[in-house]
Amino acid sequence: MRFVDEYRDPVAARRVLERIRELADPDRHYKLMEVCGGHTHTIYRHGIEHVLPQNVELVHGPGCPVCVIPMGRIDDAIALAETPGVIFTSFGDMMRVPGSHGSLLEAKARGADVRFVYSPLDALQLAVENPDREVVFFAVGFETTAPSTAVTLVTAREDGVANFSVFSNHVTIVPPIKAILDSPDLRLDGFLGPGHVSTVVGNHPYRFVARDYGKPLVTAGFEPLDILQAVAMLLAQLREGRCEVENQYTRIVRDEGNPRALRFLAEVFELRPHFEWRGLGFIAQSALKLREEFAPWDAELRFAVPGVRVADPKACQCGEVLKGVLKPWECKVFGTACTPETPIGTCMVSSEGACAAYYSFGRLHREAAVTLGRVTG
Amino acid sequence: MCLGIPGQLVELCADNDQLARVEIAGVRRVINIGLLEDEVLAPGDWVLIHVGFAMSKIDEDEAAMALASLQLMGSGLDDEMRMLRGTTP
Repeated sequence: MRFVDEYRDPVAARRVLERIRELADPDRHYKLMEVCGGHTHTIYRHGIEHVLPQNVELVHGPGCPVCVIPMGRIDDAIALAETPGVIFTSFGDMMRVPGSHGSLLEAKARGADVRFVYSPLDALQLAVENPDREVVFFAVGFETTAPSTAVTLVTAREDGVANFSVFSNHVTIVPPIKAILDSPDLRLDGFLGPGHVSTVVGNHPYRFVARDYGKPLVTAGFEPLDILQAVAMLLAQLREGRCEVENQYTRIVRDEGNPRALRFLAEVFELRPHFEWRGLGFIAQSALKLREEFAPWDAELRFAVPGVRVADPKACQCGEVLKGVLKPWECKVFGTACTPETPIGTCMVSSEGACAAYYSFGRLHREAAVTLGRVTG
Repeated sequence: MCLGIPGQLVELCADNDQLARVEIAGVRRVINIGLLEDEVLAPGDWVLIHVGFAMSKIDEDEAAMALASLQLMGSGLDDEMRMLRGTTP
């Protein structure tokens, strides 16, 4: 475990923290957004926000694929699941997300044939094994996940599997970053770029952040030391008046991404004109639909999907949490009406959701920090 | 959902060059390796796996680190492993 120890080494962490303290201008408050839910998880799990100087604030972003799916799409998924003859397949973390009439799990309890799958290929296999049923796969996720759906669709076409289709809710990472940069709600100083999405898309798509918005972005890994190093790299850029896209996670992420995965994406998907994001509203060209060549496998064309827009419950403030405007503990229902057992909003469902991560780990660190007088209230 | 789980290659499937058998935290299953371009894979190699697809070739140290992180995540890894076991083809 040499490498693990290296990335958990308290001495190394202290050195980076010292560097962060040197770089941070005490007269300035820094707001850095971690785009990816995986980073949010690491930050709360290890109490990173409380070891940083108080004027270096980490703000959670929209990069939790479960969290950003709006309620109307959950209702659509449930309508598909309740269509006679359909076996509806989904990743586990989508099962508990509440729609306006309950979750997929509740639809299953009412008798719909809803099944967990680990991979879209498992859903395709189910279709092969059940030729008299229609198997629909609930595709969610950013560019990390979308290539897997693309390969599965290409395989379905090659193998002539006609009773398989995909309900695509794949989204892309750049438009929400742009939406947040355009939003007047939040003044950000820089971004921690998403690690795993970038293995597919590379670092080039983020250039506009530096070029057009004058903000630095550093693609970061998921270890505590990765996050600290990326924060130091951002502060160094700000200190030196530089504004660039840098890569902290070079051991996994290449600047050009994964060309083969990108080719699969281009072959199977095209951009939707609009897609609704929870909390961010409709964002142009921010999601993926199947190309016309794959229409026979497009669940939205093959089945009646209500496609009704549903407003979030009034009490739910996931939208503000996803935009980084609110911290989880500032939401009115956090930890009271909304818990991981009985979630009202998506951010409390997924382990990458800021609220679930904070509920599990962060509040303990925060309570300790408040007690020690590191933060107030 | 965006988790990457490290797995070690056990064998490449003889009848389909897109597939390989891997061992992930003690569970064996077939994964798709079609997204790895220009990577030469051999038994014993480590890959980062996401929803049944190898996303990157990694070294043993990175694999150990990713697994240690996932173990700390608790329910995140449990869910992922349950999915994996539940649907082993």
